[in-house]
Amino acid sequence: MARKKKISSFAVNNIKCYGLVILAFLVLMPLQSAGVLNNSVSGQLVPICAYVVMAISLNLTVGYLGELSLGHAGFMSVGAFTGVITAVALSQSVAAPELRLLVSIIVGGLFAGVAGLIIGIPVLRLKGDYLAIVTLAFGEIIKNIINCLYVGIDASGLHFSMKNTNELNLDAAGKVILNGPQGAVGITKIATFGAAILLILFALFIVLNLVHSKTGRAVSAIRDNRIAAESVGIGVTRYKLTAFIISAMLAGMAGALYAQNFSTVAAQKFDFNLSILILVFVVLGGMRNIFGSIIATAILYMLPELLRGIADYRMLIYAIILIAVMLLTNNMKVRAFIDTAMANIKGKLAGRKGGNS
Amino acid sequence: MNLLTNLINGIGLGSVYAIIALGYTMVYGIAKMLNFAHGDVIMVGAYMCFCATTYLNLPVPAAILIAMVVCTVLGVLIEGLAYKPLRRAGSLAVLITAIGVSYFLQNMALLIWGSAPKTFTSVVPFGAVSLFGGELIISWETIITVLANIVIMIGLALFTKMSRTGKAMRAVSEDKDAAELMGINVNKTISITFAIGSALAAIAGVLLCSSYPVLMPTTGSMPGIKAFTAAVFGGIGSIPGAMLGGLLLGIIEIFAKSYISTQLSDAIVFGVLIVVLLVKPTGLLGKKIAEKV
Repeated sequence: MARKKKISSFAVNNIKCYGLVILAFLVLMPLQSAGVLNNSVSGQLVPICAYVVMAISLNLTVGYLGELSLGHAGFMSVGAFTGVITAVALSQSVAAPELRLLVSIIVGGLFAGVAGLIIGIPVLRLKGDYLAIVTLAFGEIIKNIINCLYVGIDASGLHFSMKNTNELNLDAAGKVILNGPQGAVGITKIATFGAAILLILFALFIVLNLVHSKTGRAVSAIRDNRIAAESVGIGVTRYKLTAFIISAMLAGMAGALYAQNFSTVAAQKFDFNLSILILVFVVLGGMRNIFGSIIATAILYMLPELLRGIADYRMLIYAIILIAVMLLTNNMKVRAFIDTAMANIKGKLAGRKGGNS
Repeated sequence: MNLLTNLINGIGLGSVYAIIALGYTMVYGIAKMLNFAHGDVIMVGAYMCFCATTYLNLPVPAAILIAMVVCTVLGVLIEGLAYKPLRRAGSLAVLITAIGVSYFLQNMALLIWGSAPKTFTSVVPFGAVSLFGGELIISWETIITVLANIVIMIGLALFTKMSRTGKAMRAVSEDKDAAELMGINVNKTISITFAIGSALAAIAGVLLCSSYPVLMPTTGSMPGIKAFTAAVFGGIGSIPGAMLGGLLLGIIEIFAKSYISTQLSDAIVFGVLIVVLLVKPTGLLGKKIAEKV
């Protein structure tokens, strides 16, 4: 009898995650290029992918690191606007939109990572709800500052101002990129579904490898018992900060991708509600469950679209579904019922396999 | 004089924040949860008062009473239906449920009253007091708000110190299990806390909209977040802390608005919060809890 090679649960989970994303691409891409998808669905593909990346990256902070962050949209915002500025600045020198998108996503990620470093150093000293409120505060501060920021470009380079567009002193051929409360205007839409899928795969690659690495195990140890982890010589601050910065970088990349799917993006878009929305995706998908994050994001993002038929009531129904799911999944009786049902199914499958051999 | 005017306006706004923050802090102290729907209860309270005065032509005290009763019932209902089943669940599950309740209330308000802003008629029909030959003008809204804040503060302090229910509330916030063993009905105590917090939210809503008369389904959310910040600022779980945090936040906000930048005022408020939390991680009046190894 040939010995079956045992596949670890990590590998199964990884294959599930990558497989799902690739499958989604293989199914949706031909549909999109054939024009079968209507405009509203087609236009949602890139935002969904950006949100999936956001959920994956937030799962790193909230799930693996165990710290509640309520300002994740702030990092997305930093990435979005630095990304847009980069793309516009490069529009003359780099002709290929794919390359421009790539560079802008990398720059967006880097700036968000720096923001993550600046915010992470003070924030990670705090615990629990205090950490949550400070991340919320940082998210609001980032939104507020970008709301007052004016950026323009002309032959002599980039110009910044905190007052208004006249203060930019642009020459005649100059162009305003970031116009205060109106946000980034006149963005060239260079984000594509293919690029978005690649970004998800990249995020999966980073996060899945990270959590199964030495760093990931250290992060999990810190989450489960900080004092015990510290006493066996794990540098708590270093690992926490590493995870936090990577999470911020991925959020920034998602932001850069997201912004370049629209012609205008305002800082107001990346507010507290967006942070909460992503958190809802992560919690409903399951902590430390990347596969769940992807599924939950896709379903919950599409849910209001699917409920469009009942237009006025859709957000109400959404709220009720949210509450109902939380109540049901935390109800002991329902849980026990699901557990026995799953055990039965597994038992039957195992029994069939046993019968065949 | 300008300084004094700003200070008074700051105290007025801060008093509203303080009343809202009390709701957050009491619920946090007892149920150990962040009640994100609190800001939306404020909005419901303001709408109730608006409807009672505009459509039913009721006198102001009756309208405020109706708003308080409706909000109290709403608070108890929310607690019973959405939070009570999650008493033993993780804090994140409760948080997400609270967010769900917040969405629910906002969208319910959107369905009932529409998205167009309503102009709230002030419940204080007196105009303003002019002092020092017109150099210092204080609106009656501000005076009433500050007075209401002081009355509520003293009332709550006496209530939690003296009454049996108040003592039960303090016991539950100290140690839920021990309180239960001493024969305190924990569920009832939590319900009462929600009732009080929501009634205060109704008052805060009416006062807030009297000073800033734009009423929309999202009216409550930003003051809610700010008041929550105020509660953390003062040390969450502490009633005097909520008062202090609320007042300071209001004053900082008004000063930032008039001396630095209107647009950046929120960033400044949150920046001060961050600095305070970094220096004193449990807030201004928060208790330091020893860490068990």
